[in-house]
Amino acid sequence: MRSSRLRSRLPLGIALAVSLAACGGGNKSAGDSAAAAAPAGETILIGHYGSMTGSEATFGQSTDNGVRLAVKEINEAGGIRGKKIELKTYDDQGKSQEAGTAVTRLITSDKVVAVLGEVASSLSLAGGRVAQQYGVPMITPSSTNPQVTQIGDMVFRVCFLDPFQGWVEAKFARESLKAQKAAILYDQAQAYSKGLKDYFKKEFEAMGGTITTEQAYTGGDQDFSAQLTTIRQTNPDLIFVPGYYTDAGNVAIQVRKLGITVPMLGGDGWDSTQLEAIGKDAIEGSYYSNHYSFQENRPEVKNFVDKYKVDYGVIPDGLAALGYDAARLLFDAMKRAPALDGKTLAASIAATKGFAGVTGIITMDPNRDAQKSAVIVQVKGGLPVYVTTIVPKP
Amino acid sequence: MDGVAVGSLYALIALGYTMVYGTLQFINFAHSDVFVLGAWISYTLAVGLGYAAAGTSPPAYAGLLILLAAMVFCGAAGFTIERLAYRPLRKAPRLNVLITAIGVSLFLQNVGQLKWFFGTQPQRMPSLIEDTVLARFGGVQVHLVDLIGAGTALALMLVLDWLIFRTRLGRAMRAVSHDTNVAALMGINVDAVISFTFVLGSSLAAAAGFLYAMKYPGLNQPAHATWVLLGLKAFVAAVIGGIGNIRGAMLGGVLIGFIELFGAAYLSPHLRDIYVFSILIIVLLVRPSGILGKAVAEKV
Repeated sequence: MRSSRLRSRLPLGIALAVSLAACGGGNKSAGDSAAAAAPAGETILIGHYGSMTGSEATFGQSTDNGVRLAVKEINEAGGIRGKKIELKTYDDQGKSQEAGTAVTRLITSDKVVAVLGEVASSLSLAGGRVAQQYGVPMITPSSTNPQVTQIGDMVFRVCFLDPFQGWVEAKFARESLKAQKAAILYDQAQAYSKGLKDYFKKEFEAMGGTITTEQAYTGGDQDFSAQLTTIRQTNPDLIFVPGYYTDAGNVAIQVRKLGITVPMLGGDGWDSTQLEAIGKDAIEGSYYSNHYSFQENRPEVKNFVDKYKVDYGVIPDGLAALGYDAARLLFDAMKRAPALDGKTLAASIAATKGFAGVTGIITMDPNRDAQKSAVIVQVKGGLPVYVTTIVPKP
Repeated sequence: MDGVAVGSLYALIALGYTMVYGTLQFINFAHSDVFVLGAWISYTLAVGLGYAAAGTSPPAYAGLLILLAAMVFCGAAGFTIERLAYRPLRKAPRLNVLITAIGVSLFLQNVGQLKWFFGTQPQRMPSLIEDTVLARFGGVQVHLVDLIGAGTALALMLVLDWLIFRTRLGRAMRAVSHDTNVAALMGINVDAVISFTFVLGSSLAAAAGFLYAMKYPGLNQPAHATWVLLGLKAFVAAVIGGIGNIRGAMLGGVLIGFIELFGAAYLSPHLRDIYVFSILIIVLLVRPSGILGKAVAEKV
């Protein structure tokens, strides 16, 4: 009697055990070292946390690729003061809680000297607070919301800010697209989207344009018909969608489905091959602002694109370029720093001037932000094609 | 039109909930995950058959083929789940089975996210039907995809209705839901009937998944919160229509679909989930057994 009960429970037990294993296994991705294994004490350990899975998975994956390329290069050149760099990467699944946990683990358990990450501003805010608390410098490659570096003197960024990006997009919309009326559809659950929406609105109106309507969605939503019907009724010249690429793709599908033919404009959150994969022909012809374009004519860009294609077989997107720049800037600061403890390293990063990155010349200003140019690209033939560069106001 | 299309999808999923409750008196929490499975299987099949490449226009029967394949696959999945997870607990307290259902739900979600299954990234479902606007009146557009979706759902519901109310098997199902023990005494193979109930419910959920992928081609990854919310709304539809009542589930589904989309369009899109759940609260307060449900007197 007992054995037959056990036997009938067994498949159930196995199923539940596997589900627990899958749950646990899904939470952390294997951290591994990029360089050849070196004896302990002879390596400098740095950490990277990013969204390797989830709706913004390409952000984390691309950034990680860029960082790894930089680590490989510096180790091939002999490392820093004879020591090789080792990288540990954690997946935060695109969730703020996981981001905080990942950074805590990197700092307290793995004892990294510096942290790279994140891309999404909401996640950088979560991770940055932890880094500031423990006094470990963190460089975000791609978070553009101003609040991130306002956390404290341990948090840096190598990309431009959203106030600037909003101005760039407004300028392009008014001057190049000659748009008079714009409608906005933004993600109310993301700090990045809300911030960029506010900055764009301010600049667009300052340049003489009018915002016809502001509609919101929550990231992951599939149905935008209510918001888009309202937008269609206001007859805008363009639709501004400052969200992430998965939602942008879905929005584009429904925009075209409703018969709206005006172009869409977005920010660097659109930068992903999945944008075109999801949006397909609905996203064709729309524009977005970005940190760099693989088609730019600068030698740094060409070198980087070639090296990246050799290692990964695909064209690097802006996230990869910024990950690469962030890592190299960190290594440059490490070389200049007399010691690698938190405060000294942070001071060394803050003193970065005229660093030649793939995404432009990077100088740390007193707010630990970088002043850089932006590019505008257009989706044509499934690829982001370079349109123009917009430099900051002098 | 959107309301009808989405409502009929809710109805298909709600039918699964209601049938299982009718026969077994428990809520199968894993049911919405079968819906997600159906949507993702449809995607995998469509890509596997080569319809994802740019410029291919799939033949007209491709959609039907994938729909049937998804239904068969999920029907088998439902059968397996019932056999492995629920049947051994048939005599156990209700709470045990409910917890098991939650476990199965988590299992499906997390296994679905594994690399060699569906992965953790959103994907785009290839379009199997050339979507065109068929009619336009007063700002409302009637899309071909919506019409096909609602039409397919309606056809499936009619087939189910015929099955339940006009065949011997349907009579057996109704008998089992009335009183399991007496049905067994009457010579009905209760195990087979219950298995069939699960298969039926799961294949309907798969159909709903396929139709959903047709309508909203940007599929979110299997453990995303939006899927959970959809399943929950379908459950609400089953409850307000009268849990255990087939026609109630269909009615509830369409009602919820309408309320959600009308509310989103005319009141505020931010509160779309609130409309659905408020209706649930109102119905439970005013008519707890659901719109078409029968009030069951407690026998002392």
